[in-house]
Amino acid sequence: MIETLETSLEMIPEVILILIKIVLIVVPIMLSVAYLTLAERKVIGYIQVRIGPNRVGPRGLLQPIADGLKLLLKEIIVPTNANRFLFVIAPILALAPALAAWAVVPFSDGMVLADIDAGILYILALTSMSVYGIIISGWASNSKYAFLGALRSAAQVVSYEIAMGFALVGVLLAAGSMNLSQVVLAQQGSILHWFWLPLLPLFLVYFISGVAETNRAPFDVAEGESEIVAGFHVEYSGMTFALFFLAEYANMILVAILAALMFCGGWLSPFQGIPLLEPLFAWVPGLVWVLAKTSFFLFLFLWFRATFPRYRYDQIMRLGWKVFIPITIVWLLVVGAAVLANLGPWFD
Amino acid sequence: MKSVVNYFRSLMLWELLMGLKLTGRYFFARKITVQYPEEKTPQSPRFRGLHALRRYPNGEERCIACKLCEAVCPALAITIESEQRADGTRRTTRYDIDLFKCIYCGFCEESCPVDSIVETRIFEYHFEKRGDNIINKQQLLAIGDQHEQQIAADRAQDAAFR
Repeated sequence: MIETLETSLEMIPEVILILIKIVLIVVPIMLSVAYLTLAERKVIGYIQVRIGPNRVGPRGLLQPIADGLKLLLKEIIVPTNANRFLFVIAPILALAPALAAWAVVPFSDGMVLADIDAGILYILALTSMSVYGIIISGWASNSKYAFLGALRSAAQVVSYEIAMGFALVGVLLAAGSMNLSQVVLAQQGSILHWFWLPLLPLFLVYFISGVAETNRAPFDVAEGESEIVAGFHVEYSGMTFALFFLAEYANMILVAILAALMFCGGWLSPFQGIPLLEPLFAWVPGLVWVLAKTSFFLFLFLWFRATFPRYRYDQIMRLGWKVFIPITIVWLLVVGAAVLANLGPWFD
Repeated sequence: MKSVVNYFRSLMLWELLMGLKLTGRYFFARKITVQYPEEKTPQSPRFRGLHALRRYPNGEERCIACKLCEAVCPALAITIESEQRADGTRRTTRYDIDLFKCIYCGFCEESCPVDSIVETRIFEYHFEKRGDNIINKQQLLAIGDQHEQQIAADRAQDAAFR
């Protein structure tokens, strides 16, 4: 009895350490989500030959703070005959998995909260959890638009989960591990050793499925303004709405950083293996490279949104089932054969 | 053959890349935003904003209460009442414009035989009380007095085309 008490007392510093790490991960994520919304408005503005928000603070930099304050102070309206409990818990269910998935994401060599061997599985499991938040919100809102949005979203996320899962199977075949740190280390060598080259079709399928998974344009039929107002979150206001917003953007950042880790060498320098440039950039910490690659993929998200018109619903289903899944299966065979043959320079 | 080419093109996301290239170019294009309170777009001398009633240089009001503007107004925004003044001329006793009804078409100005009712360049105004949207003769004359120079200059510039 006393011994277990002692061991649990010894555990306390470790728990505090983990808590500090969690704060160190979650707070920057929240901040980047806030500024991603500003970046989105700015980028889309620039592409539309406008300059975007620039009124709040210098160059509009306080705009996300003002938006957040506004949403905090607004009333949470619960629709008549809505299921109050589910209505309030749905945004929490949407946000929690989006944040929890970050536990296994390595930001640099060894900079990871939980260095577990089933990292990719864990992430697949948690990202598929977030669809519950959407379904429950649509159901609990007692509104036809919300319900339709939830149905669309559920069908879409489930379809693209499969293609995404297959793409990740390709990664784990190539890396020989599901631990994300190991996946990155397996790409060591040079920019040509990264998995984007041997797994190019899987890379594209992964990223496009990622856009579809997060219900972003051009796959945002779940909240298609032109037909179902705002989709699943049409009845939400104030902080509950803000939570959905946070979840969507946290998921975007997650998809972007996973693309960087699994296909673009994570924290590895892109100048590795180049005689003159490698020592020149050796001082740059790995974290910077991860963040730079992530930012690039996030920019792609915004660029897509500013460029492509929304897919029709049946086109989305066709793309997921009849194009992506066959492509991934074929390329899985190719990767399997290449791994068996120890094809260099990637799989030797 | 053509369908095969098309198939591979769509598989290579060719058209999507072309779309991205186009929007990517616009990302670096010069921005055309006019930052309104600090910057303003140029105004035409024919600009149709807030109304005004003008006077002759000797101070006599131009309006002779012919009610052509009231008759032509498609939104029925103008209300006029008139009577004979002591010197025998006909003048308005009431000239109200409901700015909520007004559609700023400029027909009143076109129909006016004495160039009395005009639409000015003023477009930045607001009302703070219900009822303030109906402006009366005194207010209209005051606006005219205040901006007579600009009004006269604009009419002179446009005179050749009337």
